[in-house]
Amino acid sequence: MKHKTFFWFFLPTALAMFLFIAMPIVSVVLQSFYTPHDAVISIVENCGPFGCKQETMIDQAATAELREAEPLGKFVGLQIYVDRGHLALAELSQAWGASSGLRDFVSRLGNLPLYRALGFTLTYTFLVTPLLIILGFMIALGVNSLHRHLKGLVIFFSLLPMIVTPLIGSLILFWMIDSRGIVGSALQWIAGDPDLSLKASTGLTWIMLIVYGVWHAAPFAFVVFYAGLQTLPKDTLESAMIDGATRWQQTRYVVIPHIMPLVTFVALIQLMDNFRVFEPIVGFNASAHATSLSWIIFNDLGGETRLLSSAATSSVLTIIGVSILLSPVLVRTWRDFNQKT
Amino acid sequence: MSVKAQRRSTGLSLFIYGFIALWLFLAAFPFLWTLWGSFKVELDFFSIADWTNAITGERTQEVYGRPFTGAGYEGAWIKEEFWRAAINTTLVCVFVVCTSLTIGTLGGYALSRSGYRYTFWLLLIALIFRAMPPITLVSGYLLPFFEWNLWGILPTTIVVLVAINQPFTLWMLHSFFQKIPKDLDESARVDGCTQFQAFRHVIIPVMWPGVITTGLFSFLLAYNDFAVTSMLLAKENQTMVPKIASFLGTTQTEGNVMFAVAAVVSATAPLFVLVMFFQRQIVSGLTAGAVKG
Repeated sequence: MKHKTFFWFFLPTALAMFLFIAMPIVSVVLQSFYTPHDAVISIVENCGPFGCKQETMIDQAATAELREAEPLGKFVGLQIYVDRGHLALAELSQAWGASSGLRDFVSRLGNLPLYRALGFTLTYTFLVTPLLIILGFMIALGVNSLHRHLKGLVIFFSLLPMIVTPLIGSLILFWMIDSRGIVGSALQWIAGDPDLSLKASTGLTWIMLIVYGVWHAAPFAFVVFYAGLQTLPKDTLESAMIDGATRWQQTRYVVIPHIMPLVTFVALIQLMDNFRVFEPIVGFNASAHATSLSWIIFNDLGGETRLLSSAATSSVLTIIGVSILLSPVLVRTWRDFNQKT
Repeated sequence: MSVKAQRRSTGLSLFIYGFIALWLFLAAFPFLWTLWGSFKVELDFFSIADWTNAITGERTQEVYGRPFTGAGYEGAWIKEEFWRAAINTTLVCVFVVCTSLTIGTLGGYALSRSGYRYTFWLLLIALIFRAMPPITLVSGYLLPFFEWNLWGILPTTIVVLVAINQPFTLWMLHSFFQKIPKDLDESARVDGCTQFQAFRHVIIPVMWPGVITTGLFSFLLAYNDFAVTSMLLAKENQTMVPKIASFLGTTQTEGNVMFAVAAVVSATAPLFVLVMFFQRQIVSGLTAGAVKG
């Protein structure tokens, strides 16, 4: 295809991505270096019958004018990055100096919003991803050995947790684990503690969110692995059987090596997707116990105040985090492409 | 392969069936339970006294004289004007799917037919864009949208969702178009067609399976989005998902929770139908990327 034809074919999609993905990223980075203008304060001398008084007033007109002239705000460089709401370098070094040990230091970190969110986000990402791969693989193995009439039905129901809107899925589970809901009261009955509430404790909230994450993403792993199982080399499996391999050995030495590239694929995709965990925190109303990086941004943007600069800074930090997780994917794509050509 | 060695022991069979049954229960039960409960009053749905009330609907019987009530649905759809949100969602989804497929097919086709190295870089950039969490982009949108008075209306959200959709659409359609043999449009070119005519008369008639699969995923993205729609739409233009989230803010008064439950069930129903009819396409779409990579 000629360059010119390619250009015209590609223009609309390139324009959309440039204007609404590339530019916003630039805008977010810029925004993170600016903070809104302070109100302009002027001192006016007010003279009345009882003598003169000096009054401090907010000069509304001048403030509006300044905000109009520079809508981005005042340039502050990296100041927002190091403030308490973000990297909190001052608090960090203070905590390091004051803390008695590693455990104490970590608990002090928990008071800083960004580190708290980072803690949950990373725990969630690195627990959910392996768990969903294991569960997905087990379901795939199980479904693969079913009778073929049953398979369609099982696949239909298995897809549901993944297809359903994350917010809606988490709400449905949230209502069930409510202390008056069916799972909640069942757990109370099992634990023999009528006051048990999953929502009240940080540990249980984390477990709940992780269980949701696995429930939501396991179908994806299942479908991918199931497709992989369809292309399983029959001869290898047969020769393994003739050599006397047990069922477990067949799975361990034939099936798993065959599936391995797909495991890498699912792991890379899911690491990136789990890193942006957000909707379940809103759905489970869990922000008192667990926050994620995306949730911090959402929280800054929402409400009356709309802390754009703070949100922009958190966004930049999140993008840096995503880039780190993305780098192995890029390397892989790069290698694939070079192999092909 | 019905060799004897392949046959399973009874214990293993039982284990497999048990495991699959357990998984099916985990996957389907929450939806069935909520569907059943959405026709009850709150005191049955959240039952302190006896969990079987949620099945038999004892309190619902007391209030309405029968074990089922559509009160939650009536409250959500009529009193809280959920129909408005449903219309907005329909508009957003239709326009997002159509626009993103139109420009995505052109782009994906071009990527698959151009042999130059820049196509690889474009795909790589698209992959990077695909990885960006939408919420991080939102803080970049707000300031310019406020400045230019674009905030809060449906068209803005549609355009934003189309753009966010593009990287994924491009990757998917690119791999579908690569499976269509190049000879097809090349022979049309030899016969004197321009590139666009070749696309129009030769490729378009055979591309529908891939386009439908991609369209399904575009639909899901637009339908399921919460971060963008809740931030970019004014209250009166909200789509279903942010609307449901806003129900939750006002759960204090009795009955309101049931509005949310009814709304949740209403919003899940289209997805059920979608999976029922397009199961094969969804599965093939999910595996397309995997098997290739």
